[in-house]
Amino acid sequence: MTVLLSTDGLRMRFGGVVAVDGVTLAVNEGELRCLIGPNGAGKSTFFKCLTGQYKPTGGRIFWRGRDITALDPFAVARLGVGIKTQVPSLFDGLTAMEGVVLAVRRLHGEAEARRRAVRALERLEVGDLGNRRIGLLAHGQRQLVELAMVVAPEPDLIILDEPTAGMSAEETGRAADLIRELNREHAIVVVEHDMQFIRTIAHTVTVFHQGRVLMEDSAEIVFKDPRVRDVYLGKAVA
Amino acid sequence: MVGFRTGLQIGVALMAAVLAAVLLPRYLELFTLINATVFVSMGVLALSLGLIWGFGGILCFGQTAFFGLGGYTYAVASINFGDTTWAIPLALALPTAVAAALGYLMFYGRISDVYMGVITLTTTLILFKFANSTAGDQWKIGSSPLGGFNGIPGTPPLNVPFDPGTQLAPDQIFVIAVLCLGLCYAAAKLILRTRFGRVSVAIKENELRAELLGYDVRLHKMALFAVGGFMAGLGGILFANCVFVSPTMFSLSYAGQVIIWVLVGGIGTLAGPVIGCILIQTLTTYAGTLSMIDPNLLLGALFMLAVVAVPKGLLPTATNLLAKLARRGDES
Ligand SMILES: Nc1ncnc2c1ncn2[C@@H]1O[C@H](COP(=O)(O)OP(=O)(O)OP(=O)(O)O)[C@@H](O)[C@H]1O
Ligand SMILES: [Mg+2]
Repeated sequence: MTVLLSTDGLRMRFGGVVAVDGVTLAVNEGELRCLIGPNGAGKSTFFKCLTGQYKPTGGRIFWRGRDITALDPFAVARLGVGIKTQVPSLFDGLTAMEGVVLAVRRLHGEAEARRRAVRALERLEVGDLGNRRIGLLAHGQRQLVELAMVVAPEPDLIILDEPTAGMSAEETGRAADLIRELNREHAIVVVEHDMQFIRTIAHTVTVFHQGRVLMEDSAEIVFKDPRVRDVYLGKAVA
Repeated sequence: MVGFRTGLQIGVALMAAVLAAVLLPRYLELFTLINATVFVSMGVLALSLGLIWGFGGILCFGQTAFFGLGGYTYAVASINFGDTTWAIPLALALPTAVAAALGYLMFYGRISDVYMGVITLTTTLILFKFANSTAGDQWKIGSSPLGGFNGIPGTPPLNVPFDPGTQLAPDQIFVIAVLCLGLCYAAAKLILRTRFGRVSVAIKENELRAELLGYDVRLHKMALFAVGGFMAGLGGILFANCVFVSPTMFSLSYAGQVIIWVLVGGIGTLAGPVIGCILIQTLTTYAGTLSMIDPNLLLGALFMLAVVAVPKGLLPTATNLLAKLARRGDES
């Protein structure tokens, strides 16, 4: 198996806070990886480093073996990395269709971009929202539209930071189906808190704790591990 | 391909420009016509800020820097060449290049919006100071003295290309100015339909998302800023053709007025800033001739009134009102 994305001793410190503390991790082509960890474990910060939003204060990031640590976000995106950020990041003033078209317009002409945008919205079962202003959509719908924007350009690696937050049970189910389906063609790294969700989708689970990788194994083993229960204390780890 | 709405708007704007170009020179007195040309040149300036601010989120408080640079370059070059033909491309290129360079510093320096406002305003004020300090014979570019606070009163009007002997009359210059404004509007409308224009709007909406989709936000903003510089420069050339260039073009009061035109007319529209500009300039100039009230006082009062009464700007408010009326008409 070839490694798609990897980090070597990645560190990110903000003044006195070390949010990511020497993370070494590799994601293979076609893999579906889950990241879990309590609040403040450093998952989102790790993603921001991967996508160039933060310049890490230590360590390296590799894409297919090439050092991409210093790249700007747009350059990382052009490699084929798409991210759905934890805080929804959308074009509120545009319609859902306009937004998704823009997501693919960099790679395709207008007509093809439209076709792909329609397909992406339909794939997420929000095809009927195309003409609606994104800013006026309900939270769950916004999440789905953002997912459509991330998925539409068919990136090699899709990063999802809590994609189902605020979604209804039904929408969450749809998202889980989608993630499994997407995984046939794309590698995916997803952060989730919902254990049931993780069980249904993940092969390998990486546990973050205080900026470090606590353990990395199959979902069964991880959820049985007492250390994982400890760091999640107070949280439902069934 | 252009889309019905955009096509219609462009059609109406060009039609209005042609009508104005044909009719107004017949009915307006020479003095009024020259004044109208000034307003039109300012309209181009207003449009340039309306474009980069309203559709690119670039908060430029010193759009007059490019307006003035366009005017000065035109004046100096045409005096030196003894012909205005080549002065025009030069006077368009310089403000465009300066805008690109300034944009590079600001956007690649990742400066926040507030600082961007301060830096652009400072730029125009520095140019104002500098232009003011160029009195005396030692301040000359080639054969053209810069003239300090007097400016360059001998700014030659446009001549027929490559025929410096045949200068255009004020009514012809008015026609050219109005057509330039119409074309700038059409160009801006078309730009907004292209991928470049839509990405600009997306950047204004959410810079991070645009970047995460693979768009080079800084390069993009720089390019849009340069387009704004080009347009403002064109406004400056037109202005130089009906008045003469002087440091006022860079002044704080001009810089402030542009912002007021855009806000009163309606940010996020293209026609709004132009309408705001021409309306406000007409009113303040008229008030000035009556000399009953200080024009600046009137300008301030108008601005405050507009902020309170039509916070979204004249054009969006009017369009909303019309849409509402149409809907009520449909229902009944
Ligand atoms: N820009 C920043 N400046 C300072 N501290 C930050 C910054 N971003 C994150 N942190 C800190 O880094 C730590 C990790 O935060 P991060 O958001 O990465 O956690 P997380 O695992 O995503 O948590 P959650 O599950 O709540 O989303 C936290 O202590 C947070 O306060
Ligand atoms: Mg997070």
